[in-house]
Amino acid sequence: MKMQFKIFRFDPQTDKGPYFRHYSVAAEPEERILDCLNRIKWEQDGTLSYRMSCAHGVCGSDGMKINGTCRLACQALVKDYQCPEVVLEPLPVFPVLKDLVVDMEPFLEQIKLLQPYLLAPAAEPEAERKQTPEERKKLGEVIRCILCACCTSSCPVNWVNDKYIGPAALVWAHRFIFDSRDGEQPARLRRLDQPDGAWGCENHFECTRVCPKEIPVTKSINQIKQEIEKKLR
Amino acid sequence: MVFNHDIVIVGSGLAGLRAALEAVGKADVALISKVYPTRSHSGAAQGGIAAALGNEEPDSWEWHMYDTVKGGDYLTDQDAAEILAADAPRAVYELEHLGVPFDRRADGTIAQRAFGGHTRNFGEAAVKRACHAADRTGRVILDTLYWETVRKGITVYPEFQMLDLIRQDGQVLGLVAYELATGELHVFRSRIVLLATGGFGKVFKTSSNCFANTGEGHYLAYQAGIPLEDMEFVQFHPTGVYGLGILISEAARGEGGILVNGEGERFMERYAPTIKDLAPRDLISQAIYQEIRAGRGVGGRDFVHLDLTLLGPEKLAEKLSDITSFVKIYLGIDPAKDLIPVQPTCHYMMGGIPTNAHGQVLDQDQHPVPGLYAAGECACLSLHGANRLGCNSLLDLVVFGRLAGKMMIADLGQLPRNDAPVRPEETIATRIRVLKERKKGEKTGILRQAVQKLMMDHCSVFRQAAGLSAALDEIRTLQERAKTVAIDNRGPRFNTDLLEALELESLLGLSEIIVLSALAREESRGAHLREDYPGRNDDAWLKHTLIQKTAAKPAIFYKPVTITRFQPQTRHY
Repeated sequence: MKMQFKIFRFDPQTDKGPYFRHYSVAAEPEERILDCLNRIKWEQDGTLSYRMSCAHGVCGSDGMKINGTCRLACQALVKDYQCPEVVLEPLPVFPVLKDLVVDMEPFLEQIKLLQPYLLAPAAEPEAERKQTPEERKKLGEVIRCILCACCTSSCPVNWVNDKYIGPAALVWAHRFIFDSRDGEQPARLRRLDQPDGAWGCENHFECTRVCPKEIPVTKSINQIKQEIEKKLR
Repeated sequence: MVFNHDIVIVGSGLAGLRAALEAVGKADVALISKVYPTRSHSGAAQGGIAAALGNEEPDSWEWHMYDTVKGGDYLTDQDAAEILAADAPRAVYELEHLGVPFDRRADGTIAQRAFGGHTRNFGEAAVKRACHAADRTGRVILDTLYWETVRKGITVYPEFQMLDLIRQDGQVLGLVAYELATGELHVFRSRIVLLATGGFGKVFKTSSNCFANTGEGHYLAYQAGIPLEDMEFVQFHPTGVYGLGILISEAARGEGGILVNGEGERFMERYAPTIKDLAPRDLISQAIYQEIRAGRGVGGRDFVHLDLTLLGPEKLAEKLSDITSFVKIYLGIDPAKDLIPVQPTCHYMMGGIPTNAHGQVLDQDQHPVPGLYAAGECACLSLHGANRLGCNSLLDLVVFGRLAGKMMIADLGQLPRNDAPVRPEETIATRIRVLKERKKGEKTGILRQAVQKLMMDHCSVFRQAAGLSAALDEIRTLQERAKTVAIDNRGPRFNTDLLEALELESLLGLSEIIVLSALAREESRGAHLREDYPGRNDDAWLKHTLIQKTAAKPAIFYKPVTITRFQPQTRHY
């Protein structure tokens, strides 16, 4: 089948402003939108820029807006886009560097500020620290995060408030707050107990809806809020 | 710009990150990576990391070492296998201490599961040795080590691609890298370069590898005159998603899944009566193709089925959720109810840049090359011999990444201070200029697809002289055509059009190297199956292949295998 694409193009250094370019490409129904992008780039227009690597939803490189929804181009199949035209745009919220490539540094910076590593009480045992399967289960959903930024890009709060830490950073905070091996839970909770921390979330559920790894993001954020109420009040 | 560091590590997968963490604080270390570190391909590893912890049942590192040697069809250097197996428990505990969220047993210890070729008591029966976090073990270790490098303040240059090594009088003095965001060429002056650039499965049409795996590390080392070792040994993982090559972890069989042919028969019972579907990858991939050739593929076609229906939806959700989601997304099927069509997919390169256990790259005389190190998939110890066991790769990365880090620190003071050549970026700058100025020519994508198909047709699981020779001729024709590649994108920012054109040279060069090494080895061992030379021939071929660039043509020579504890025997599983 023939697929029609309308793709956002912009080089901030040389273009007066963003514009769209149209492409037509043959594709099989089971193929990925990423396969179409690659065909466009390799056969029609090598000037198009986007990120990609693993092509099966593990590396998190190819997050973009596809017909208005932030998702991974490698997880979107052609057969699900029975529409006259597929519109590809860069992830919102972050500055565009070129075409579908955005600046990921602000996104990673927000997470780095939260100390996304285990802060454990000093002495390490010779073997592993013990953790029960029930304790480990609390991390099972959030460790699926691949840092694709689809959630933060989709959050209506992030659209209007660039101070809000955003759902992805809260997922990473959750991963350590609820790790039984971590010793800094109170400090982690205090850091999030502010208007642009966990309380910035307004339960729009857009993050949960778009997460390509099906992480219940909003639920996880609400667990942080409950933990703040329980431990800090 | 010119950047100065003591140590520059190329590649931010697990080997590069682990080496950096070892060296930080003792030297000025920087990491460069062609992708953001967390996009590295170590993150695609699913099933686990091997260590004889004995949490589930009795296990010993000697059994692990034996399995590694036997799995490698006795081409494994046994001193390296001993270090790997003996150090594994420490390495896994270290990861746990850093925060890796391993799955747990009821008593709170790390959970372990069965995996291909892992056995108890020297081959008696399968053993549970694979430590794991569901089916995203590589990803959670990658995240953990990456945030640890952030915590330690290690300098990272993301989306910087190495394009050349800087050498003077045999010593490596840094590298030239291209910054994707700006198109600038930068010179990194360093006393040590560690190559941790991973594999290059993208030379094959069907591959589990990511687009970034194009082998620059291997190819630049080869161009620098360093021989490459055992390059004919290419692992095809038995269970790639049909048509796509996406990996379905061996953990699926470790948890109880089985392979069935078109007649509904569990055919691995015939090929490996003791451990059946948990035989090593080389044997299962070969068995799948035997079944297909005998007309017992599903519907007479070129795939078989992986049956996970026996596991039940709960176990699939808890232990194999990523692969459950892959087959749902890409095939529209539910593994709790439906059979999964699978075919072998290019997964791992056993060969690579020869190193000793300390990561020092070795020249043709087995002497360390001053200033050059390698670790991870791009290095060849030779730890995995002719066929790597599942879960030994993640282990290799953290065990030998650490040892390379230690040795680099020890070495730093010993290296003579030599001045780098003037304008070392000149050669590559000229190449880029020529590419950008060429108005008309061949398309990178077409040549890349051609070589990927050639390699798949003639140099994958089954090989024979006629096909390999034909492939060699074709590759050389493609190399000629590649000299006239033209690109569309002449701009400086995120010009992946340009980088893909540059990567094509390494893909073609490495394809030639694989084919030449495969043609020379006239026996069948591990993943290298020559239909015209069936069977292993230890008298003539119990040795490592080395291939080196010379002025005239690539030269092939050999070096002995290190055998310490286990004398070669016929492999039965």
